[in-house]
Amino acid sequence: MLAACGMQAREELFAHLPKDVVLKSPLNLPPGISEYEIVEYFQARAAENASYPSFLGAGVYRHYRPVVVDTVVSRGEFLTSYTPYQAEIAQGTLTTIFEFQTMICQLTGMDVANASMYDGSTAVPEAAMMAARVTGRNRILAARTVHPEYRAVLRTFARHQGMPVEEFAYDSKTGGIDLADLESRLNKQTAAVIIQSPNFFGIVEQVNAAAELAHKFGALLIFVFTEAVSLGLLEPPASADIVAGELQSFAISPSYGGPFAGIIAAKEKFIRQMPGRLVGQSVDTKGNRAFCLTLATREQHIRREKATSNICTNQALIALMATVFMTLYGKEGLRELALQNLSKAHYLGGKLKPRFSGPYFNEFVAVPNQPPDEVNRQLLERKIIGGLPLGRFYPELAGGVLLCATEMTRRSEMDVAVTVFQA
Amino acid sequence: MIKKVRKHIVQNEPLIFERSSPGKNGYQLPTLDVPEVDPAAALGAENVRREIEGFPEVSEVDVIRHFTRLSTWNYAIDLGLYPLGSCTMKYNPRVNELVARLEGLAWAHPYQPEALAQGALRVMQRLESALLEITGMDAITLQPAAGAHGELTGILLVRALLESRGNPRKKILIPDSAHGTNPATAAIAGYAVENIRSNDQGLIDLEALSQSVTEDVGALMVTNPNTLGVFEENIVEAVDILHAKGALVYMDGANMNALAGVARPGDFGIDVMHLNLHKTFSTPHGGGGPGGGPVAVKQIFAPFLPVPCLKANGEQLTLDYDRPQSIGKVRAFYGNFGVLVRALAYILAHGGDGLRNATIDAVMNANYIRHKLAPYFDLPYPRPNMHEVVFSDDRQSRKGIRTGDIAKRLIDYGFHPYTVSFPLIVHGALMIEPTETESKLELDLFIDAMIDICKEIEETPDLVTKAPHDTRTTRVDEVAAARKPVLRWTPGS
Repeated sequence: MLAACGMQAREELFAHLPKDVVLKSPLNLPPGISEYEIVEYFQARAAENASYPSFLGAGVYRHYRPVVVDTVVSRGEFLTSYTPYQAEIAQGTLTTIFEFQTMICQLTGMDVANASMYDGSTAVPEAAMMAARVTGRNRILAARTVHPEYRAVLRTFARHQGMPVEEFAYDSKTGGIDLADLESRLNKQTAAVIIQSPNFFGIVEQVNAAAELAHKFGALLIFVFTEAVSLGLLEPPASADIVAGELQSFAISPSYGGPFAGIIAAKEKFIRQMPGRLVGQSVDTKGNRAFCLTLATREQHIRREKATSNICTNQALIALMATVFMTLYGKEGLRELALQNLSKAHYLGGKLKPRFSGPYFNEFVAVPNQPPDEVNRQLLERKIIGGLPLGRFYPELAGGVLLCATEMTRRSEMDVAVTVFQA
Repeated sequence: MIKKVRKHIVQNEPLIFERSSPGKNGYQLPTLDVPEVDPAAALGAENVRREIEGFPEVSEVDVIRHFTRLSTWNYAIDLGLYPLGSCTMKYNPRVNELVARLEGLAWAHPYQPEALAQGALRVMQRLESALLEITGMDAITLQPAAGAHGELTGILLVRALLESRGNPRKKILIPDSAHGTNPATAAIAGYAVENIRSNDQGLIDLEALSQSVTEDVGALMVTNPNTLGVFEENIVEAVDILHAKGALVYMDGANMNALAGVARPGDFGIDVMHLNLHKTFSTPHGGGGPGGGPVAVKQIFAPFLPVPCLKANGEQLTLDYDRPQSIGKVRAFYGNFGVLVRALAYILAHGGDGLRNATIDAVMNANYIRHKLAPYFDLPYPRPNMHEVVFSDDRQSRKGIRTGDIAKRLIDYGFHPYTVSFPLIVHGALMIEPTETESKLELDLFIDAMIDICKEIEETPDLVTKAPHDTRTTRVDEVAAARKPVLRWTPGS
């Protein structure tokens, strides 16, 4: 092949590079290793991480992953294909995304959904920027009960958008948003109100009341969710204008925080302001139903600096995991799964007396008799990872622990936790 | 003659909603070991939904058949050459998939105590140090989820550094050959965009650059090799021009597959850059993600990196949040960890020499295609190329055949098309990146196909303009899709 290129030595391929640019000595990396050694290396690292039953939730949930999910996403045709720009040979991916968009709409009560965002946390600032474009306003009001890391990401991206972010309080009794505080902060510059339900404390928020207040001032309501399984039982947020969420609960392994899949869904009238990829239905030259990427004039590769977002690569394969999961569980299964989560958490909550009085799904805050770190240390002695000590994110709740129970949490583990909490 | 493929039977398949029938399901849950709770009592009747209207009801075998059938409608690297320029579609080693699914890694919770997550942190540390060695940079964040996310992080770092010096400045300079994400990123980071014209060699025009670099310019965003596949030979001089005016240089690392083991951006003056783990480091594209977009920087940017940063505390690794000058968080938790695992597996498999060899093979493959196809296609910028080569459809368009037509005809020959009509500075571009994955056998099939298509353009042009002919889906009416968007299935549609 070199000869075909008129060269004798491989180094000639780089002969045109400026001399002071070319690497003088080899990279200081160890020599390559075999497949067996690679597996061994990662098995050793995996063994350094504890794999115990756990009460951690807080935006990342332990849910069983049906075997079929990995069977599907391991097919090379899905795993090793690119973004479906060439519709004729990407109908597999395009069809699954169309199904994904449909199921997200069915789940959330929205009219349109995009093909995925990086994760829930980055979907939030994208939704806020979308609301600012729709309303022509710039102030964002975010509930303090929205996931603290999501709010941190929102602050990072809002800072240079001329989009001041203000936070509003939660009711210290119910753990839900403080509607009076929200109302007092709303004004004619407010582009959006952002709430999360179930919120970071696991409490189901008063979505309709928040929507009514936001709309009274001409602002949009952005509804955020981190626990997608809750939508199997909870009323969909149809009164919201934009939904930004995280699908990790749908057969996406916790994987130390990613990759996950975020979504943005919205009312139909906001479609031209949506960020990210959209798949639409059309026909081919023979009249057969066919799908393609559409409304690309919103996107960076066409609009460049005037695009609705800079997002390009998203989380397609992870969104496919969620699609397969939703398909397997289906109408009946998602409800039963949600009911199991509700029942487990309320078994535990029934014994531990939650700190807040608002209705909760599969997470709640409890205040143990001893400091959270001490409780977690004792649980760890029994090979159980305790809940999240809240002091890190909410200093006023420093004695509290956020506990999560899912369908994978055993009654026996919860009984151990109760004993330790009450000691 | 079409050599790579012949027709075979492909299964039809309806949408999953059309397959649905009441009462079917594909899940099993264990028997509940606690009392079942009444949702209305626990949540309030007003908070409980009715059934999820339209949600599928299918069995497990329905699910397997549905998605297996759909999968056969896709082209993939596993089926052959995928020569999308600037996308680096290389083979995705399967051991990477296995190790990312090991229980201790795949089930690690981001909030589990650091003492119980040392394995995950060590994977991240090992990857960080390898990427720093490969790029020649000083500090790094693994948090960004993809290339464009990395760009945004990088430009926020530029802004933070400039702000700390008293003036964030107003503009980002972007060559007209740049990826579309670059200008979109600069805008989201609050900068105005000024395009820099390339010279007739397809390189940054140093004179034009000097004139554009004022006290208002925050940074130059440069892709190197650029989107013509050409190394910016004046990069050191360009960097000097920016630095002399107190501005910075950001490098889009999308084309790092041309440099790994051969040259290091840190050595030629780059201040900030991102890497695409799903390009250079073999993590699968998955039909459009997930990716990984680590951002590597020079030491002066280190205080501004997103929180948390990895820190060694004796034998233990810890996540450091106490960084008052940080730009904050760009994503929850620590990045697409599962993608990081795969990228590290690739680096461990290759080692330093292996990475260099992969780069050499990638550049050689692109040169081979260039030399074989140069007699047939116009080469608008005849500079030596690196890992990709960009032709134009100049000769073919005189016969009424455009790059998009040739791309569609390639599909009939059993290949995925190259990148069409990009970069924008080439009229009717054919942007071809073979990667090191391809053997001479596969490249020759591709080259023969391209030459055959040139003959068809002379003899039977209709064959090309109406392609593809043999796919189960022919050209899709994209105009109709955009005019009246149908973005979800509805009953009876």
